[in-house]
Amino acid sequence: MRHAFYLAFVLGATALISGAQAATKDSVTIGMALEPPGLDPTMGAAAAIGEVTHYNIFEGLTKIGEDFSISPLLARSWTFSKDLKTLTFQLQQGVKFQDGQPFTSADVKYSFERDAAKASTNKDKAFFASIQSIDASNPQVVVLQFKAPSFQALYHLGMNTAVIVDAKSAANEATHPVGTGPYTFGTWTKGASITLNKWDGYRDAAHIAIRHATFRFMSDPSAEVAALLAGDIDAFPRFQGAENIAQFQKDPRFQVTVGGTEGKTIIAINNKQKPLDNLKVRQAIAYAIDRKAIIDGAMNGFGTPIGSHLTPNDPGYIDLTGQYPYDPAKSKALLKAAGVKLPLNLTLTLPPPVYARQGGQIIAAELAKVGINAKIVNVEWAQWLSGVYKNKNYDLTVISHVEPLDIGIYANPDYYFQYDNKDFQTIISKLNAAPDLASFKKYMGEAQHKLADDCVNVYLFQLAQITVANAKLQGLWKNGPIFVNDLSAMSWK
Amino acid sequence: MMRQAAMLRRRRTAPNLAIGTGLVASWLAVAMLALFWTPYPPAAIDVPHRLLRPSWAHWFGTDALGRDILSRLMVGAGVSLKVGVIAVGIGAVLGVALGLFAASMKGRTEDGIMQFCDFTFAFPALLSAIMLTATYGAGIENAILAIAIFNVPVFAKLTRAMANSVMAREFVQSARAAGRGPAGIAWYHVMPNILAALLVQATIQFSIAILAEAALSYLGFGTQPPEASWGLMLSEAQDFLFVAPRLAVYPGLAIALSVLGLSMLGDGLRDALDPRLQKIAFQRA
Repeated sequence: MRHAFYLAFVLGATALISGAQAATKDSVTIGMALEPPGLDPTMGAAAAIGEVTHYNIFEGLTKIGEDFSISPLLARSWTFSKDLKTLTFQLQQGVKFQDGQPFTSADVKYSFERDAAKASTNKDKAFFASIQSIDASNPQVVVLQFKAPSFQALYHLGMNTAVIVDAKSAANEATHPVGTGPYTFGTWTKGASITLNKWDGYRDAAHIAIRHATFRFMSDPSAEVAALLAGDIDAFPRFQGAENIAQFQKDPRFQVTVGGTEGKTIIAINNKQKPLDNLKVRQAIAYAIDRKAIIDGAMNGFGTPIGSHLTPNDPGYIDLTGQYPYDPAKSKALLKAAGVKLPLNLTLTLPPPVYARQGGQIIAAELAKVGINAKIVNVEWAQWLSGVYKNKNYDLTVISHVEPLDIGIYANPDYYFQYDNKDFQTIISKLNAAPDLASFKKYMGEAQHKLADDCVNVYLFQLAQITVANAKLQGLWKNGPIFVNDLSAMSWK
Repeated sequence: MMRQAAMLRRRRTAPNLAIGTGLVASWLAVAMLALFWTPYPPAAIDVPHRLLRPSWAHWFGTDALGRDILSRLMVGAGVSLKVGVIAVGIGAVLGVALGLFAASMKGRTEDGIMQFCDFTFAFPALLSAIMLTATYGAGIENAILAIAIFNVPVFAKLTRAMANSVMAREFVQSARAAGRGPAGIAWYHVMPNILAALLVQATIQFSIAILAEAALSYLGFGTQPPEASWGLMLSEAQDFLFVAPRLAVYPGLAIALSVLGLSMLGDGLRDALDPRLQKIAFQRA
């Protein structure tokens, strides 16, 4: 009898404790494949920076949603002039930075001028340079005057490159970020994790359920699987182990979603490197590639083929996958016509992601069939960024460009593709000045055709966004138009 | 009593030698065969047939890119053999020469050489290999070179120690009195007496070389894709541990069996060539 009583007591106490735990679960651990090199999204190119900081620590004037919609964030509302050259924002009132500084139109002016400055390393610098003037005379209103009509301005302003920083803390954002967002920076254990804590001074703090968030970095798909199974991480957006999906789909403890990203996975070609400066050689490479084999072999079938530098989710997308179908015979004929001596020796530089390492081996094997000997060079991200991206020291590389609507990068002759084409640059300036959606789509179409005709790169597939998470966690994005983890939207069931 | 112990030792030794020889011989046979024939081209990608389970068509199944695992294992055996032979060969030739030279010269030269060896020895082989490949690029050649460099002091120290003890013996002194020079003594009198021990050491170093190559390739510093090596196969299997653990088991077993074979062969050889045992056998006869 005493035993039974004791047992009942223990069971009851356990139930109470676990009940209490379930009710107060307010922390989340998010898995990420890559560790950000710094934490200032306005000055670094790595997508991982935004995954930690965007919407959490830093906010922009507008917010891009999961469906690519645009809603107010630091701006309450806005009006665009008819000629699309003047954009007027009404700012939220009473907003403060996490260090107590007030947020005003002067901060917007400061941030955008900093992004456009000569020394700026902002990925979207060209956009900020297109701003003629910023009027911040009224602290609650900011007026952007563009040099030319800027149809895409609201998208650009929703990216993590356009978040608002405070002049006082701007210099240290990379290590101690201070923004206006709902979370403050906690600790950074290099090589392992970053923690963020809910900021009670946030304007909408009452509606935010998650108090503590940890971002853990693991680049090895097997480690990701093990950590999820063990419950060490609650969610892994942009999960890399596409092969393991079936296992999680069968397990009721987990939810699995597969959506699209803005990731355009390409074989980037150094267009100035001989003999890759010859259109026929680039086309020969394109004809030698079987996209389906790469999607199946490297992504377990997850991914949609693309034929130019745009994804099917984007406005103005046209399907150009038929322009260079898999045709090894034609590829050989083009190489012959180009007068290239076979075997043609090239290097194929591969960064760590599975799509590159696995896909790269398939690409090398396919190229070998037409007489191109692609020597695989596996590199780490730091080497890729310095060797390929910065110093353009490569022939071919496999990479996914995840920024939305970034076709304009081809208009920059110094970009690592080294594609310098006046006609294309004209199309892009027309695109940037498009007065309405119809003409935007028209120029977008022209730009896609031009890239495909010139075969600047080989366009492979749209990167899928696979998310594996604890079934009880809500508020995760299925699609990833931009790479973010919006903690403020998450909560436990 | 002594004789009983010796007999016990012999009985224990024989299977060591036999199993070791068997394992190493079959590994050599596979490596040789792979030079002329593999069931499939080892780098032939066949995506529709990826991650197949073992079958009659693919005895060990296929990997994540549809390549035949057996073919890749066979080629991997050849890579291990190549690395072992070249790295241990270079290490042994240079190391023995250095050791003999040091023992013959004595004095400061000897000390200098030995200190140099200690210095080289102090760097872990993997670390110097990573350093080399970081400077000159990843690839099997640099990996072999790094492993060879690690082997030099091992052989040099062993040779010098044994040579010194042989040189102190009377027959060497009488040879010296008869007018043989240091090189002659080293070659005709010292070498025959230390050869057995060097052979045993070489088998041990061989197994270390195989492990080092596997480790380097696993880390991405050795054999580069799409070539096959056991370490690289392990590394590629890592992403599929939860889906197809067999991908890691095969190369793992191959490495374990070849290293085990070499260790047993080395043990067996050491026991068989042990001069004390020979003496007992001689007395018995």
